[in-house]
Amino acid sequence: MIVADKKPVEEIIEYVKDCKKVLVLGCNECVTVCEAGGKKEAGVLASTLRMYFANQGVEDAQVDERTLERQCDHEYLEEIREIADQYDAIVSIACGVGVQFTAEKYHSIPVFPGVNTCFLGVTEQRGLWTERCQACGKCILAYTGGICPVSRCAKRLFNGPCGGSSNGKCEINKDLDCAWQLIIDRLIAIDRLDLYEKLFDIKDWSTDRAGGPRKVEREDVQI
Amino acid sequence: MSVKTPSKLEKIMAAGHLGVTSECGPPRGSDPEVIKEKAGLLKGCVDAINVTDNQTSVVRTSSLATCIHIKLMGLEPILQMVTRDRNRIALQSDILGAASFDIHNILCLSGDHQSFGDHPQGQNVHDLDSMQLAWTARKMRDEGTFLGGNEIKRPPEMFVGAAANPFADPFEIRVPRLAKKIAAGVEFIQTQCIYNLDKFEEWVRQARERGLTEKCYIMAGITPFKSAGMAKYMKNRVPGMDVPDDVVKRMADTPKEKQAEEGINICVETIQRLKEVEGVAGFHIMAIEWEEKVSEIVERAGLLPRPEID
Ligand code: SF4
Ligand code: SF4
Repeated sequence: MIVADKKPVEEIIEYVKDCKKVLVLGCNECVTVCEAGGKKEAGVLASTLRMYFANQGVEDAQVDERTLERQCDHEYLEEIREIADQYDAIVSIACGVGVQFTAEKYHSIPVFPGVNTCFLGVTEQRGLWTERCQACGKCILAYTGGICPVSRCAKRLFNGPCGGSSNGKCEINKDLDCAWQLIIDRLIAIDRLDLYEKLFDIKDWSTDRAGGPRKVEREDVQI
Repeated sequence: MSVKTPSKLEKIMAAGHLGVTSECGPPRGSDPEVIKEKAGLLKGCVDAINVTDNQTSVVRTSSLATCIHIKLMGLEPILQMVTRDRNRIALQSDILGAASFDIHNILCLSGDHQSFGDHPQGQNVHDLDSMQLAWTARKMRDEGTFLGGNEIKRPPEMFVGAAANPFADPFEIRVPRLAKKIAAGVEFIQTQCIYNLDKFEEWVRQARERGLTEKCYIMAGITPFKSAGMAKYMKNRVPGMDVPDDVVKRMADTPKEKQAEEGINICVETIQRLKEVEGVAGFHIMAIEWEEKVSEIVERAGLLPRPEID
């Protein structure tokens, strides 16, 4: 899933402090799972903003909350078509994708991000999410024991590890597993250490961020 | 091994002599005198001088510019290049730049992570990794083409090296990792500082068994301790460093004013022992900010005079 983290509320207040009517817009997907931008968080943020306006003596301020199934699909975003116009601003607490799609759709309404979108990752345990993929566009997991050096090695080494790998941990932080230790452990477990000895070709980064904004176009599923 | 480049270091080791290298860290400013002074201390006692590339991710004068200063002094530089700061376009361009000054040695590294340095908020590049950089340097030299396939007019002629840590984790791949570097085109290796001689000798033995010492020159890394504190620090704080307890104890048991000398003694004994190890082709003496001691170490270890080769 896409993992996001809450933005400091002071930052959000700074965005909307001059607005009278604000809509806090949550999303039911990834950001709900990572407890940053779902229905619960939309409620908490909306109350915080209400309290802020009340404390400032702004009596006619109105903060509403709404949570959509997804903010990255036309279908669900259309649900606020009727009401969107009445707001001075929307604070979207979906990931950066949701924020942008909302802004694209409601062209004349300011849309502010309410979370920091962090990475593609997993829930390791409640309250702990960690990165697994950087969407490089050409997945190489078949050769690295199912562990991604692009997202999990601090230097995205393809023929790692670097000299700093120590006791299974990465040189940049003792709490961080060295991706290459994990890769070697996995290759041993699946009896494919031979894969390590093959020099990894230089990566084609044109399918990554480097190649410019990307798209996937599939005629077979287009209507 | 036959000689493939005009590198003096390569020629010396190919002729069967033990090679000797040391290093020179560029200054945190643009004063060329600092470079000349440091490099001058190494004149006559080493065959080539490594020039670090923004070591520990701290901004310094560029490795390439410093190499040029050293080359103009009539000494032989080894251009260190990390893959942290430059993409494949910039790396190849700097290789050409170095070649245009007839710099004949390159050491390919991934580089310390930028979080260790003075610009921890910077982006890192890592378009290639160190093995891929070595492969690139070989392709440019041997095939005379860029990575993109186009021909290079007057290709670089560089002796291609890399670093290796015989003590690094995961231990299962210590030797396979060396094999992989050699397969990528690495022709000489400079190792991490060696204090655990038994473990190092075991690594060389395994490398020898796989025939790797026939394909690549292994230069043993040597760093003198200036004090017992430094020995402890290296043991406990530097990732991937193996400093046995008895070495730390030896330093700690030495009176403070004699510790620096004892550090040098340890180096000299290390070199004398490793000289006899089959598969050790030379020594890389890293006396960081203590360059004036290199000549003493080299002399006492019986590595002088340096062979003359044309
Ligand atoms: S190789 Fe690329 S696509 Fe595959 S997990 Fe890593 S970043 Fe994601
Ligand atoms: S220690 Fe491991 S994860 Fe960290 S940069 Fe080095 S190889 Fe990558």
